[in-house]
Amino acid sequence: MKILVCVKQVPSRDAILRLNETSQWIQERDIAYEVNEPDAYAVEEALRIKEKLGGEVVILSMGPERAQITIKDALAKGATRAIHICDPKLEHLDPLTQCRVMAEAIRREGFDLLFTGLQSDDNGFGQTGVILGELLGVPSATIAMAVEIQPDGKTVKVKRELESGWFQWYELPLPASITIQSGLNQPRYATLKGIMEAKKKPIQKLSAANLGFDEAALTPKQHVEKVYFPVKNKKTEIIEGSAKEAAAKLAAKLKEARALV
Amino acid sequence: MKFKGVDFYNIDSLLTDEEKLTRDTVREFVETRIVPIIEDCYEKCRFPIELVKEMGELGLLGPTLPAEYGCAGLGQVAYGLVSQELERGDSGIRSFASVQGSLVMYPIYTFGSEEQRRKWLPQLAKGEKIGCFGLTEPDFGSNPAGMLTRAKRTRNGWLLNGSKAWITNGTIADVAVVWAKCEDEGNQIRGFLVEKGTKGFSAPEIHRKHSLRASVTSELIFEDCEIPEENILPGSGGLKSPLMCLSQARYGIAWGAIGAAMACYTTALEYALGRIQFDRPIASFQLQQAKFADMITEITKAQLLALQLGRLKEQGKATPAQISMAKRNNVAMALEVARTSRTILGGNGITADYPIMRHMNNLESVYTYEGTHDIHTLIIGAEVTGIQAFR
Ligand SMILES: Cc1cc2nc3c(=O)[nH]c(=O)nc-3n(C[C@H](O)[C@H](O)[C@H](O)COP(=O)(O)OP(=O)(O)OC[C@H]3O[C@@H](n4cnc5c(N)ncnc54)[C@H](O)[C@@H]3O)c2cc1C
Repeated sequence: MKILVCVKQVPSRDAILRLNETSQWIQERDIAYEVNEPDAYAVEEALRIKEKLGGEVVILSMGPERAQITIKDALAKGATRAIHICDPKLEHLDPLTQCRVMAEAIRREGFDLLFTGLQSDDNGFGQTGVILGELLGVPSATIAMAVEIQPDGKTVKVKRELESGWFQWYELPLPASITIQSGLNQPRYATLKGIMEAKKKPIQKLSAANLGFDEAALTPKQHVEKVYFPVKNKKTEIIEGSAKEAAAKLAAKLKEARALV
Repeated sequence: MKFKGVDFYNIDSLLTDEEKLTRDTVREFVETRIVPIIEDCYEKCRFPIELVKEMGELGLLGPTLPAEYGCAGLGQVAYGLVSQELERGDSGIRSFASVQGSLVMYPIYTFGSEEQRRKWLPQLAKGEKIGCFGLTEPDFGSNPAGMLTRAKRTRNGWLLNGSKAWITNGTIADVAVVWAKCEDEGNQIRGFLVEKGTKGFSAPEIHRKHSLRASVTSELIFEDCEIPEENILPGSGGLKSPLMCLSQARYGIAWGAIGAAMACYTTALEYALGRIQFDRPIASFQLQQAKFADMITEITKAQLLALQLGRLKEQGKATPAQISMAKRNNVAMALEVARTSRTILGGNGITADYPIMRHMNNLESVYTYEGTHDIHTLIIGAEVTGIQAFR
């Protein structure tokens, strides 16, 4: 089984964020980064399948130079090797263009199973896994809480998380693209031995040009106008009247604010 | 709040990815496995022996030794960061790892035969076996050259007599690296591997400690212990041998102390920002800010001292006096930071609801073992003046 896991480096959850000069993104200097949370679960799930069925786990990450540490972390945990698509031209692309670049690298590599996190903790588009599935012409399943390769080795059963505690089991033919939800396993620590062994594992570096993308092909289909911190406007309203009247007024207000349906 | 370390000088940028990953692994282990239980262990005077195998699995035991013996083959700075993070949890846990790695596995690797290495190192690395290091004696602490423990040649080995004091891990150890004078070799000091269960060997625990309560400290007693020939460390000879081990351990302590200091400092900072007196957080008062300014400066200096020492060690250039300087400065720094942090917490600072008093008590031992603060002063003094002032 050859499993390709897409891993993204994102600002760490407790990083103190500041806006950049143009207010179009955050200041990227001086903050800590970490692996996108669901991606860590995707790596773990892939490693468990590899340990059971054999094969290899290939990490694919698109991101700047600093993303190396995130790749090395996955290698230290047991992934076989990695591909790092690293090119300043590829920063801040829209999801589709980004996926086109990644899909090209994935197509060249080949895979039985493609894992991504269900969304990234920074942009949160939640599109990468499904767009990749589409571009690569394979079926996709999203928000996976369990992944079971069937004994025939040709299909995979996926437990999808629906709303209000409901789940759905789904069977897909391989190869397939699956987006992984956080919490479906308990990710391991990288052992110190693993960290040292990872130094010897190959990380193939690819640029946009390597993958056949020129300036024109990378023209963004969308761009960020402005980012800003949520505006806090706290309003206190005192509801007058008897307890019964006040309760009725409160209920009406909550309905109006769609807090109560 | 999750522990994030202290890095005022962007020292992280001087570390490799592997060093950072190593640090993060140990930090995570300490956060999830040690921090939740350690106050209770300390109070009950219990070493959490159940964590030893986990520490082994992660590779925290003897991490600088080569992979062929089941170790990680880490660099010196990465090893230092392991000590730092472990001691952020508790000096007793770090002591356990220091003894196992630097004082037991290192001498077996350095002075041992190939059979001894193959027999002991993989098991010690996995945490399946525990070791201890017996140098100090009841009457010879700072002056180990005066030791009374004796080994006498017999037909198939050695006869060991004497006693050791203040031995970390003693009671729980499967193997003790014991230093003794060999009467038949002109009283030369040699190392022996004394296995648990050897007739005439006992290791009673020392009780009623106010410091390092989550670590086992013991006496070792040898009464006509028969040690087979294959258990002498063939490469050992002279006081230099145990001192080489101490250099390894002291280096780790120089880093470990930074971890204890970070734990106290970050606790005090969080507390000072939340604690309101006179309608303001106490962190807003200049007197308290002066304390933080001093503490962060001292921690940062200690980090740079340890880091450069590590880089020198990686090039094989660190001298014993340089190691003394880092051990001496950093432990004294940590003790000072612990005491200052304690004042910031007021009454709360003396309770087990916060880690500071535990660290402070622990650091009293760290200040004394592996060469007291005073002895390191004399080592540095001897280095710069060329005059030995020990006696
Ligand atoms: C918790 C704990 C764990 C330990 N673990 C181990 C272990 O695993 N293995 C091991 O072998 N040992 C261990 N030790 C022993 C430790 O290394 C000794 O306690 C230390 O070397 C000091 O020896 P001492 O206690 O006999 O004090 P002493 O040597 O009697 O010193 C007492 C005081 O006199 C001062 N002093 C001594 N000589 C001089 C001098 N020439 N000039 C100026 N001042 C001087 C000292 O600095 C100190 O302040 C441990 C100790 C403790 C407390």
